[in-house]
Amino acid sequence: MGQDDVTGIISRGEELAYDLKIEQVMTREVKVVAPTTPIMRMLELFQEEHIRGVPVVSQNQLEGVITLENLLQSWRRGTHDSDIVADCMDQKMVTVNTFDPIIEALKVLTQTKSDQLTVIDKNGQLAGIITKGDVTRGLLSALQRDRHSEEVKRYRASYLFEDISSDRTSLILRYHIKARDFTKGGSASSSIKRALLQLGAPPQIARRCGIAIYEAEINLIIHTTNGGEIRVEIEPHQIVMETSDKGPGIENIELVMQPGYSTATDEIRALGFGAGMGLKNIQRCVDEMQLESIPDQGTKLVMKPKAGSKEWAFIREPTPNQGTKLVMKINLQPEDTFSKEIVTT
Amino acid sequence: MLIRDVLTLTQAQIFSPDSKSSLVEAVFDIDVQIGLSADLMSDVLLAESNRGLLVTGLINPQIIRTAEMSDIVAILLVRGKKPLTETCKLAQETGIPILGTKMSMFEACGRLHVAGLVSSFRQNS
Ligand SMILES: Nc1ncnc2c1ncn2[C@@H]1O[C@H](COP(=O)(O)OP(=O)(O)OP(=O)(O)O)[C@@H](O)[C@H]1O
Ligand SMILES: [Mg+2]
Repeated sequence: MGQDDVTGIISRGEELAYDLKIEQVMTREVKVVAPTTPIMRMLELFQEEHIRGVPVVSQNQLEGVITLENLLQSWRRGTHDSDIVADCMDQKMVTVNTFDPIIEALKVLTQTKSDQLTVIDKNGQLAGIITKGDVTRGLLSALQRDRHSEEVKRYRASYLFEDISSDRTSLILRYHIKARDFTKGGSASSSIKRALLQLGAPPQIARRCGIAIYEAEINLIIHTTNGGEIRVEIEPHQIVMETSDKGPGIENIELVMQPGYSTATDEIRALGFGAGMGLKNIQRCVDEMQLESIPDQGTKLVMKPKAGSKEWAFIREPTPNQGTKLVMKINLQPEDTFSKEIVTT
Repeated sequence: MLIRDVLTLTQAQIFSPDSKSSLVEAVFDIDVQIGLSADLMSDVLLAESNRGLLVTGLINPQIIRTAEMSDIVAILLVRGKKPLTETCKLAQETGIPILGTKMSMFEACGRLHVAGLVSSFRQNS
């Protein structure tokens, strides 16, 4: 894989590259050879195993490493049938430690232009090898875990509500959405969903919020004259998402709420929108939805997400091995919950 | 069902990540649990989609955003369509792979379904 690919992944998984340890991604089951192995046997081994280098181990001690490069050099010098690995291996090998972050392995791989590095544990014993492939696979699966599992990293951001004391703390995210900008369309929603996950919202809640705000964002892009604003206010006990625009407004709220009703053009449909299901979908994802509009003046949509449980609060719970973990619970007060009604002005 | 199997069943290729990248190997092992097919994004967003495979004829970046919002883990383009450059860029950023088959939507979905990929059910609203 090219250096560019590696760099590309790093830019997004940078944090992970510092967090993940080499031992989490390295290959443990490593083929090793004895220093007494005949050189002739080595070439066969490299071919059979599709590898380019193996560590040399004698009595459990790491002695060096032998690579295809070493073999070639030895051939250039003229090999004898009796030559053994010890005659041409590298004793000064490049090693990294199991406990180093994988960014370290990437740096060394790049600096030394090597295909693989030998990994040693804290006692200097061979622990495994690491290749660029191992690093990228490790990062990719970590990124995926990041996106899909409940073990999403609870970032520094989650301390916000814990450490700052006020009568009412909230985090407000604002975005300006341009009309007809389909290429950037959805990027605000993507940031909002990610922020919620970072703050410790359960994936299901984050998904519902993401879907609702995405439908609303796309509506700003498709249906408004000059785009509009998104405002999301996150509090320990509730999330309020709002979109507002300055026109053209909606004549008949009841009509646009009907599944399948859409004023989208064929052009818009070709882009994948205009099923007339957006507002209905928002209604399904949130507990409260308020759609207000004055024709020619503008539209305002307020969404309060549906809670998985009836509790909604940041509570810190100790986890067995890793310090503290933040759990977000949802607690809607009865008076907060009103039925899905649509307010028309 | 693994992406590996999706590729064989629909004789598909991988558009993103780049075939030269070693990330491709990791894509083979991604597990998809349900299948959805639609050419209108709201229909996708309305369906049960967690860890799903989206089969679609759309090629613009919104398919990636939609996938991102609804926790879809891979996208299969049908009828020999190729994703736009921006779509691939966004796919790379978000880690959502894009595959492509020459088969029709009907044929691709049919094969995947027969092979055991279950359908996402539409939730009653
Ligand atoms: N912000 C807005 N300003 C003006 N009209 C709007 C606005 N949002 C929605 N509408 C009107 O409401 C209709 C229904 O919206 P809805 O989101 O349900 O469907 P859609 O956007 O047409 O299609 P889909 O969301 O399924 O892609 C739209 O076709 C449009 O006429
Ligand atoms: Mg819409």
